[in-house]
Amino acid sequence: MDHPLRGSAAIVGAGNTRRWNALGRTAFDQLQEAAVLALEDAGLRLRDVDGLFCAVSSSGLPVLNAAERLGIRPHYADGTMVGGSSFLFHLHSAMAALAAGLCEVALIAYGSNQLSAGGKLVSMPDPQPSETPFRPRYPISSYALAAARHMHEFNTTREELAEVALAARAWANRNPDAFARGPLDRDTVLSARMVSSPLTRADCCLVTDGGAALVITRAERARDLRQPPVYVLGTGVGISHRQISAMPDLTRTAAVESGQRAYDMAGLGPDAIDHVMVYDAFTITTILFLEDLGFCAKGEGGRFVASGAIAPGGSLPVNTNGGGLSCNHPGMYGLFTLLECVAQLRGQAGERQVADAEVALAHANGGVLSSQATAILGTAATL
Amino acid sequence: MGRDPRFEGAGPDQAWDAALSQGHVAVQRCRSCRRAQLPFGVLCRACGGVDLASERASGHGIVYSSTTVIDREGAYNVALVDLAEGPRLMTRIEGLPPDLVRIGTPVKAAISEDSTHVLFTPDESA
Repeated sequence: MDHPLRGSAAIVGAGNTRRWNALGRTAFDQLQEAAVLALEDAGLRLRDVDGLFCAVSSSGLPVLNAAERLGIRPHYADGTMVGGSSFLFHLHSAMAALAAGLCEVALIAYGSNQLSAGGKLVSMPDPQPSETPFRPRYPISSYALAAARHMHEFNTTREELAEVALAARAWANRNPDAFARGPLDRDTVLSARMVSSPLTRADCCLVTDGGAALVITRAERARDLRQPPVYVLGTGVGISHRQISAMPDLTRTAAVESGQRAYDMAGLGPDAIDHVMVYDAFTITTILFLEDLGFCAKGEGGRFVASGAIAPGGSLPVNTNGGGLSCNHPGMYGLFTLLECVAQLRGQAGERQVADAEVALAHANGGVLSSQATAILGTAATL
Repeated sequence: MGRDPRFEGAGPDQAWDAALSQGHVAVQRCRSCRRAQLPFGVLCRACGGVDLASERASGHGIVYSSTTVIDREGAYNVALVDLAEGPRLMTRIEGLPPDLVRIGTPVKAAISEDSTHVLFTPDESA
């Protein structure tokens, strides 16, 4: 029997400012613009929004700031902050709130000016006294420790990690909105400056600005709106730790759990997925999540990406916008995984369009492999 | 109702700091499920029990993972070590060049000179 939430809500509007380097615009400027774009896309107005979901790196009270700037008085709000996956946690909560009748129109919104404001990753104040004395570079050293362990256990190589960056660039070269475009070769990736071994600068996502928003309603309302609805077939979340030293197994993330919950709600498995977006904060994360979500066996991720599977023309289209590695990464990238799924399922992805895409999976990560969230989206044909 | 006596006495950080100031690494052991944990806490993260005791650890461990961080001043090691008692902690392996630290290497604890954190060196006896 179908899960009661399967297909109960749909993404009806999507907004993306595509302003990756916008000097003079604040994080909330980006958020507001994205909200306007998403609502116009849906054919709805700001006053229709009664559920507000947001997270930003630069404010501890994002819902209050966003509501004031949007001029709305929401009666349902969720400012869950679990890092870059927050927006998929928001989608998970919005599904429940919509189904329970606690709101009618949910807006998930995000903005960042981290590139133009200084060019460094902006992190919330969150002291980690048992790690700080050892001066890990945050967050890259945590991911480097996971990559080193993966290489130790499964003989994954730096050359295989490089394939993730090369595939992302190949997709970005088909996306006119991507920030990093142009040729990229294996030697350039492998000879990039080492930051925290085994990860180099080329294994790291971009630092950009950006703004993104989604509008979600119950399915019956979605059918009357302007865009083809993108139905939410399943969502799942998981949390395993805060600090990398508290992660039980550095090669196995809570994506195993979030993914299984999303698959269970959707009544689908990895074989049914036409298009995949996984949060590529670092090259290793693409490999970890492809394994943990069941697209290849644990430990086989390096060989899988080296086979060409995830690049244009491969068997599994992954991170088709160019990902955090080559499209954009404003600090908390999660919402952009959903935006690209929406573009693909609507058939609006231009040169990078995945043919006959009916089911897409978005997966996002937060903290240092700490929070994981998975969403499975589908066209009307999948209901 | 007064304060719950089970939580009286030194707090978790004080118990950890006390062990460091005495020159040894400690773990916190649950008297209910017998699991050892780090960092010290108010409750046992394995079973939820609240009857916990500070216990001197052997100081022996194995490198679980390792990275060399490179910055303007040079390169240094950041590692995760699994103690023989079970818990894992972040640390720095000293006594060899950072890029020669290998996963699986036996290591032995050494308290930092200022008694604020635990470092490790290769365990030649292992």
